[in-house]
Order: sequence, then structure tokens, then C-alpha cells
Amino acid sequence: MSEPVEARIMLSLPQIHCAACISAVERELARTAGVKSARVNLTLKRVSIEAEPDTTAEDMVRVLAGIGYEAHELDAGTLRATETDKRGRDLLMRLAVAGFAAMNVMMLSVAVWAGAQETTRELFHWVSAAIALPAIAFSAQPFFRSAWAMLKVRHLNMDVPISLAILLASAMSFYEITQGGEHAYFDAALSLTFFLLAGRYLDHRTRAIARSAAEELAALEVPRAERIIGETVETIAIAELAVGDLVRVKPGGRMPVDGVVTDGQSELDRSLLTGETVPVFAGLDTVVSAGEVNLTGPLTIRVTAAGEDTSLHRMADLVAMAESSKNRYTSLADKAAGIYAPGVHLLALLAFIGWLFVSGGDIRLSLNIAVAVLIITCPCALGLAVPAVTTAASGRLFRKGMLIKDSTALERLAEVDTVVFDKTGTLTQGQPELTNMGDFTRTDLEIALALAEASAHPLAVSLAHATTTAGTKPAKISDLREMPGYGIQGLWKSKPVRLGRATWVGAKAGAQTATYLQIGNAAPRAFTFNDRLREGAPEAVAALKAQGMSLVLISGDGPAAVQDMANRLGFDDWTAEALPQEKAARVKALSEEGAKVLMVGDGLNDTAALAAAHVSISPATALDAARVASDIVLLGHDMSPMADATIIARKATKRILENFGVAAGYNMIAVPIALLGFATPLMAALAMSASSITVSLNALRLR
Amino acid sequence: MAVIVYLIPISLFLGGMGLLAFFWALKSKQYDDPEGDAQRILSDEWDDKPRPDE
Repeated sequence: MSEPVEARIMLSLPQIHCAACISAVERELARTAGVKSARVNLTLKRVSIEAEPDTTAEDMVRVLAGIGYEAHELDAGTLRATETDKRGRDLLMRLAVAGFAAMNVMMLSVAVWAGAQETTRELFHWVSAAIALPAIAFSAQPFFRSAWAMLKVRHLNMDVPISLAILLASAMSFYEITQGGEHAYFDAALSLTFFLLAGRYLDHRTRAIARSAAEELAALEVPRAERIIGETVETIAIAELAVGDLVRVKPGGRMPVDGVVTDGQSELDRSLLTGETVPVFAGLDTVVSAGEVNLTGPLTIRVTAAGEDTSLHRMADLVAMAESSKNRYTSLADKAAGIYAPGVHLLALLAFIGWLFVSGGDIRLSLNIAVAVLIITCPCALGLAVPAVTTAASGRLFRKGMLIKDSTALERLAEVDTVVFDKTGTLTQGQPELTNMGDFTRTDLEIALALAEASAHPLAVSLAHATTTAGTKPAKISDLREMPGYGIQGLWKSKPVRLGRATWVGAKAGAQTATYLQIGNAAPRAFTFNDRLREGAPEAVAALKAQGMSLVLISGDGPAAVQDMANRLGFDDWTAEALPQEKAARVKALSEEGAKVLMVGDGLNDTAALAAAHVSISPATALDAARVASDIVLLGHDMSPMADATIIARKATKRILENFGVAAGYNMIAVPIALLGFATPLMAALAMSASSITVSLNALRLR
Repeated sequence: MAVIVYLIPISLFLGGMGLLAFFWALKSKQYDDPEGDAQRILSDEWDDKPRPDE
């Protein structure tokens, strides 16, 4: 891969919503050094930045955080696919052609309905055919293709009756006009195509936005590693690593492979893999897994497994297994098609045979009536019933910061009665928060702050942040030194001071996350920490409880921390120290008992459970594996929209059912008329437009 | 009524021009950010001179 001349950076901005946001973001970025140009796309809620080659996405995220906008990096590799959203443009093009043709044909049809006679009528019919047939051949292809694909596997979806109605109507009308007949259904066939393409396009657009944002959020897995050969260190792709190689991992870096520590001491953050919040010590011979974060000191790792053999990949296999065992959900639209399609076709066939019998063998009349039945049963309203509603509902959820990735996710979300939460990174932000600052004197805090400032360890960072915010100034400390894996030490008024692990300062480790301060030879004292709750988490949990859901908390963290969280948020049912397999098994067991489970999780250890659940949500900060496995992605840091989501989903399902009811109601009136042979193209056009508009308006009530 | 022999092709031609104009708009990425463009028109930031990079 050659180095690009200039960097192209894409960031997702979940919070932007107005003209002021656009200019604020663009102005701030334009002011930043290294940025050549920046342009916000409000529809997709993202900004694309042209910058000097050495500019990184992290810099840009920091700049935007400075003016109060949350930003997430988007993966440049997958960008080209969505930037020129081919499928969307293709649909829009077909929609335009169908619309253009439908309007022209409708204009001619109005003249015919108004009473054009003989030659004029025939001329208008021929012109209509010349416009309609090529337009249908081009525009209706998506329906034909989908219907054919379904028929090949002996299935019926809504596209089968739609394609049949379009094809039969055009063929029959063409035959009619060659015979100088009175009725041609070109306008009906075209407006059917147009309305349905509109539904299809709306549906595609909402989901394309969700899909691309979810898939492009940059990968957390390290694509590169630093290999040590003798004295030199080279940066290579992980794929080139072999078992036995030595790899260096800097503080703050993520383990690229599974391995064993051969040199160095540090602490590891395993929260994404296991849900543990407390960093663990890593020294000689400690076994590390791909995905863990190295915190304090540089480590040299001997590779024991790379690429497909790493624990990361085994986890992915677990997900694949969970997904294949997931029973396929039949969407409401498919269920409706299953009833509607055979019914309508049978009805049309009966009409054909019945009229053949009554009229004494008049094939042309009988076919005409059969086609009228097919056209008038408004597959249009049925085809729009679902996309119109999901578009309105997804749009509303998108504004609240939720992306619906899967087309049936809303319907499934509406059925949920049990919610399973992961703790670390989902209900909490995975950031520790100091809880007992009041127990210490000012001097203690000043010493602790001075020591903590010297380290990048999460507990030290949190301690420094909390004490600085409280107005503490750091004490003067000399000989400040970080002991990787243990803590920080220094000299204060010629007395040794230490801040670090319990074992290092000679304290007894308690159940809570803590770091210990020792001044001189005095007994060490503990700074205790709590994991900070995610914004909106208590509200979301309380609201879901109020909706009558049963709530379960399953975490890989220790029992004390999990019980504390369960008490704080009001969970009755909680499990601690759960392995990834156990999480998935628990979700599966709940499903087998008949519960519809909503799984909310972010870590690798949740991925299998996310895939096994009826429907799943993960925050944007989650690992890609988790985001890919889940149906809905929560964009912002705030969790409170989750509770609204279930309500909106239930409303959406209600609207869909109402829409089917409306379509059925129209059929009750229209079908008998068509069966008796009184249907005209004018009536077909009226029935189609009226039912489509009713259905769309009903869907818009959701907004 | 013979005039419709001319009128129909003329109306189709004009409609076709509209369709082509739409294709051009689509190809030149004017449908990529409808919401953003709707909001940008309200901002007076580039009212005096156009944005340099466009």
C-alpha cells in the first residue's frame, strides 16, 4: 500500500443537527493546522476532512471534542463503497424514470377516461404503450429480480404478486390495444411501479445510513505490530507474524496477538474481553490475549498464536455459531405476503375460470377481468405498508441517536419482554471514579496528585482528575519514578511516598477497585473507585422496568462490583464472573423459556450473547465484533433513548398492522367490483392512489 | 385535433429534458446531502463570497 499524498479523514458526528452546527464544525476544522478543507454531510451526520498526510483522526476528534461535539472515526477502507452509494442512486434513477413515465401516461389516460373515441383513443393507447413498456422494463427490474430469486427457492414474498401484476397488466394491455380494445392498464402498472419504488428507496436510504455508520466505525483491532529482530524493530502487518516471533507493545497499545510476556512489567486492561474493570498485573510469563490493552510499561511478547488462532478469532467463531443457530425471524411483510399472494392469485384464477364459463368461452373478456382483479387488490398499499412505517420510525430513532441496522429489528424490538445488560462499557463507561476523597487530608491529596500525574494508568488519571477538579495543587516531590506494573514512587520532604498496588505498598487488597497511598512508613491507605455510570443508564433501566420488562445483569466482573451496580440501578437478577459462553447460554436458556430477549452489550465477551438474543443493541464505543453482531447501534454516549426505542418499536408494529388492515379494507370493496367485471382503469388508479396515500399518512403519524 | 401529433412529441421532449436534468443533478452529487443543503441556505456565512474550495 502506498502512502497517500494527503490524508482523507471521515468522522461520524452523531450530535449535529442544524445549520449552526455545520458552520461551527467546518469553521473550527478550517482553523486547525494541517486541515485543507472540511465538509459536513448532515444527512449522513459525518464530516469529511482533507488534511496533510501526518494529520491523524485522533487529533480531529480532540479538536471537535474541544467545541463540544462527539466524534467517532470512520474506517477509510470501507468508505469508497458507501460514498458513491451505487444501489441508492440506481434506485433513485429507476424511480425518476418510473415517475416521468407514469405522469405522461396518466396525462394521456385522463384524456381517454374523459371520453376520447376511436382513432384518438387508439393513438393515445399506442403512445402510452411506447412510453410504458420500456419504462417498466427498466424501472421494475428490482421487483422482478427479487421475485425471481424467491421463486427459485420456492418462496413467496411481496415481490411475487407485485411482479405478476405489473407483467400481466402490461402484457394484457398491449394485447388489448392491438385489438383496438377499450381498457388499457398502463397507467396502473406504471404508478404501481412508481409508488413501490418510492417505498423501496426510502427503506434503502434509512438503512444505508445505519449500515454504513455501523460498519465503518474504525476497527479497534490493531492492524499492525512491532516485531523485534535482534536489535531492530520493524512495523509489520499482523498477518505476517508467526508463532515464536517477539513483538513489542508500548504502553497504551493493544495486544495484536496471543502470547507470553518475555520482558517488562506492566498492567493490562482486560475490560473489553472479560468485563473486568480492575487492571491486572503483567510480568514475566504472564499469558496475554489479543485485544487486551497494555497500560503502564512497555512489554515484549513471544507470539503463541497469531491471526486465525488467536482468542479474538475463537470468539468470532463463537459468534458465527450463535448466529447460525438463531432461528430465522419471519417479518410481518413476509407473513402478509404468505397470506396475500396465494389468495389473490387464486381469486384471479377463479375469476378467469368463472367468466370463461359464464361468457361461454370468451378468453379475452375473462383475462381482462382476471387482470383487473390482480391490479385492483392494491399490492401497492401492501408493498408500502412496511417501508413507510419503518422509514418514519427509523428516522425518528436516528434523530435520537440510534441506528437500525436490520430491517426486521424494529418488529423484533417490539416483542421484547426481557432485557439483559452487560455491565462494563455498557451500563458504565469503563472509567473509574474516585469515591472517598473526603477521607483524606489536604496534604495527602496533594501528594497523591503529584504522584498520580506521573502515570497514564486509568486509576491514576482518574485520581488526578478528581483532585484537580477539587482545587488541589500538587505537592513538590523529587525523584519521581513509575515502576511499571506496580505504581509510582518519589521523595516528599525526604520521606519516601508511594502510590500503587496493594501488594507493593504492603496493604491488604479489599474487594473494591482501589489504589493505595503510603507516606513514609505509615500504614498505606486506600483510594477507592467506582466505575462511572454511562449517561442516561439509570433513566433507561428505570424506564424499561416501568414498562414491565424483566431485567437481568450479566457481567464478567467480580461479584462485589456487580452486586453494587445491581443495587444502584435496581436489578433483582444478576450474575457475576460470567464467561462469554455462559452469557450466550443464559440468553439462549431465557429464549427457550419463551422470553424475547433484548441483549445490550459492548465487549467481545458479549458478542456471542448479542448474536443469540432476539434483538440486540450495542453502543458506538463497542468493539466492531459486537457492533456487527447487534441489530441496533447507539450512537451517542447517552443511553436514555433506549427506553423510547422500545415504545417507538411497539407503535411502529401497530402502524404496520393498521396499514395491512387498511389495505384489506380497500380490497373488501374493490375485489367484488372487479370480480363482477365492473372495474375500469380509472377505478384501479383511484383505488391505488387512495390506498397508498392512506397508508403513507398513517405511517407519518409516527414522526 | 391533428395538432396533437405535434403536441405529444413536444411535451414528451420537454419532459425528457427534465428527466435528463434530474440525471445530471444525481450524477453531480446534489442528492448526497439534502438535509445539509437545506440547512446551509439559512447560514449567512458565505453570502458575500463563495466558499473557496468549491
